[in-house]
Amino acid sequence: MAILSAHHVTKRFGGLLAVSQFDVEIQENSIHSIIGPNGAGKTTFFNCITGFYRHEEGSILFKGEPLDGLSPDRITRQGIARTYQNIRLFQNMTVIENVLVGGHVHLRTGVFGAVARTRGVMAEEAKALEEARHTLRFVGLAGRGDYMAVNLPYGDQRRLEIGRALQTRPALLLLDEPAAGMNPSETEDLMAFVRRLRDELGLTILLIEHQMRVVMGISEVVTVLDYGEKIAEGTPAQIQRDTKVIEAYLGRRATA
Amino acid sequence: MNARTRSDWMAPVKSGLMGGLIALLIAMVGLVEVSVKRPILTADGRILLSVGQLLLLLPIILMCYKAVQVFAAGCEKVTDRLGLLATGALSGFFASLVLAALVLLGRVINLRTVFIRASPDLFNTLTFGLGLGGGSVVLLLFGALLGGLVAAITLLPDRIRRPLVLGLALVPLAAILTSALFAGRGFSVPVALLVGVVAAALTFAWRQTQPKLQDRVAALSPSGQRTYQVFRWLLPVAIVLALPRLGAYPSEVLVNVGLFVLMGLGLNIVVGFAGLLDLGYVAFYALGAYAMAVLTSPEMTWHGIHLTFWQALPFAVLASTSAGIILGIPVLGMRGDYLAIVTLGFGEIIRLVFLSDWLKPFLGGSNGITRIPKAVVGSIALDNSPKLYYLILAGCVVAAFVAIRLKDSRLGRAWMAMREDEDVAQAMGIDLIKTKLLAFATGATFSGLSGAIFASKLTSIYPHSFHVLVSINVLGVIIVGGMGSIPGVVVGALALVGLPELLREFAEFRLLMYGAALVFMMLTRPEGLVPEARRKLELHEADGEV
Repeated sequence: MAILSAHHVTKRFGGLLAVSQFDVEIQENSIHSIIGPNGAGKTTFFNCITGFYRHEEGSILFKGEPLDGLSPDRITRQGIARTYQNIRLFQNMTVIENVLVGGHVHLRTGVFGAVARTRGVMAEEAKALEEARHTLRFVGLAGRGDYMAVNLPYGDQRRLEIGRALQTRPALLLLDEPAAGMNPSETEDLMAFVRRLRDELGLTILLIEHQMRVVMGISEVVTVLDYGEKIAEGTPAQIQRDTKVIEAYLGRRATA
Repeated sequence: MNARTRSDWMAPVKSGLMGGLIALLIAMVGLVEVSVKRPILTADGRILLSVGQLLLLLPIILMCYKAVQVFAAGCEKVTDRLGLLATGALSGFFASLVLAALVLLGRVINLRTVFIRASPDLFNTLTFGLGLGGGSVVLLLFGALLGGLVAAITLLPDRIRRPLVLGLALVPLAAILTSALFAGRGFSVPVALLVGVVAAALTFAWRQTQPKLQDRVAALSPSGQRTYQVFRWLLPVAIVLALPRLGAYPSEVLVNVGLFVLMGLGLNIVVGFAGLLDLGYVAFYALGAYAMAVLTSPEMTWHGIHLTFWQALPFAVLASTSAGIILGIPVLGMRGDYLAIVTLGFGEIIRLVFLSDWLKPFLGGSNGITRIPKAVVGSIALDNSPKLYYLILAGCVVAAFVAIRLKDSRLGRAWMAMREDEDVAQAMGIDLIKTKLLAFATGATFSGLSGAIFASKLTSIYPHSFHVLVSINVLGVIIVGGMGSIPGVVVGALALVGLPELLREFAEFRLLMYGAALVFMMLTRPEGLVPEARRKLELHEADGEV
């Protein structure tokens, strides 16, 4: 069953067609990659899903319900979380505070509760903290919770960003180039980690990635975008043989 | 010892000249002239050291220190002690050279046609009253000696240096405070020595015993630790409660500080926590004050309602809170500079509304509103500063409590996330509209409370009390104190509101000193005097892994 489906999604910036009549179906509990040359419209599509951009045409359905026109925070509440191409942590907050912010939507405390600090509020905070510690352990950042996020090494910042997204308890996780800037062994770890997210947490993963090793290694379905249009879709093996894809990446003569 | 190049010797000369120039500026704008009568050290009624002289010394000391630091930064451990001392002395020499040049120039041509502050009195101060020739030489030697002394102090081991510097800094501070508060005559040499030595000795002893004490406390049982916490707070609380005993004038100053602490706590939520730069914050202060005035003053007959302070207080605070939300709605989509400019406009609009002839029958226009009754508790009217102090103190305690609780909650985290990255905060499921309006409303509430107390304190209010400068002052308070830091607000208010209030002779230099303080803070300590502390959350309890 498709957890997310997009129909004829079109996003324009002035005269530029960033995403054009894009259709895609993301199967539940799958790892689905979107690839394409720079500027193909991949991140724009992510921004349309998460509500940061409004697409002019088409619609995006999540679990059968339309997301069109919802604000980003409402979409997150539906169960979609994301990470960013250029890591965007809350830099001057501690690691565990970052994760706790991810848990924001699952807490109820209001102004008066926060000031009065009733037993219910205290219990909720304690539970949130426990869950945040659990998430830190899961992403491999146990013991670093009290560091400032800005002080973490690059790889750990990536993990933290994923941890923060996980704390919103999503059903669908959008990862925007998670392997960017990683060396081969870190990339290997990341691939195993993404599989764990799917297998252990039962998430659906939608991935934008440039490293073909990652894309071909873990995806079940690959969708290829070029100039905002879908030019191919299929298993990694099918994509590797697709002449249109090779053309888009390497130019026309390479297909000959 | 590595060979020093020429540029290594240029650095201290440069810092020295810079220090001298700053001292020159301080002298030329007249800061020295107004404060040369305020004594710090006296002997037999003669002033040995005045605030004016200290103001000349401070930039020189600071720049010598900087030169010494630059010198020491070049090597792991200072082996070249002589070089270090020479650096300090050189820097001090060139600083005093600038001042000596001024004296010389002042004798040759009449500077006073342009610089009216270049008075014979100033030259006399600069030459230690020894005349041109001898005085200049003494001045130069003194500068070099001072620089050398600064360098020598940095050479001392840490455990001696810190108490010594603290003792040295505390003496003038204590002398100025006592002279300002009690119209005292500064310290005589023995008293100054006593204060300095005691302060230094206490610091030294405290630094020796503190680690041991902490171990002892950590070894206590939970109930024992609670008792320790109670006792630890007992003394500060007692001091804070006893402060009005200092007299009417100090209480008056403290009440003004308290009004700014209250506003600062509010603005700290808006700017420090949530990162929303609000420059029209005075609007809510004005609204609180006007709501109080309109509801309580017998002059206001158009509505036929006359409440007491306590009856009107909830309405005044509520008026500000609602205004916080109403003024917050149009700026929800704005960020950074745009938000600052629009809120600045709002602040002015509110003031102009209160000033307008159009609303004069209702708000008094430029005549303001007078005859606002004092607050009454039981049978005691809070009609003087020592009594009002407790009212404002209670307000501050409540506001600080609320601010601390909010900061360490889900809402505080949402504010901080919004401050760090608004888009990502929203992507984490934070409702920006609710969260922003909550920040504006809480901030406005504290400000309204402050305004209401202000109105009943003065018993009359006028639109010009709510000038845009109040907003800027509050912002200065939280910047100097440390953005997002609650103790910082108190320290900032004491420094920016309390000190100028005490040192009345500097009244006309207030803005200049604000500017200087802000620039200095941004250069040396951008995080503020008391930076925002972070709670340790992960390893709070025994968690096992490290």
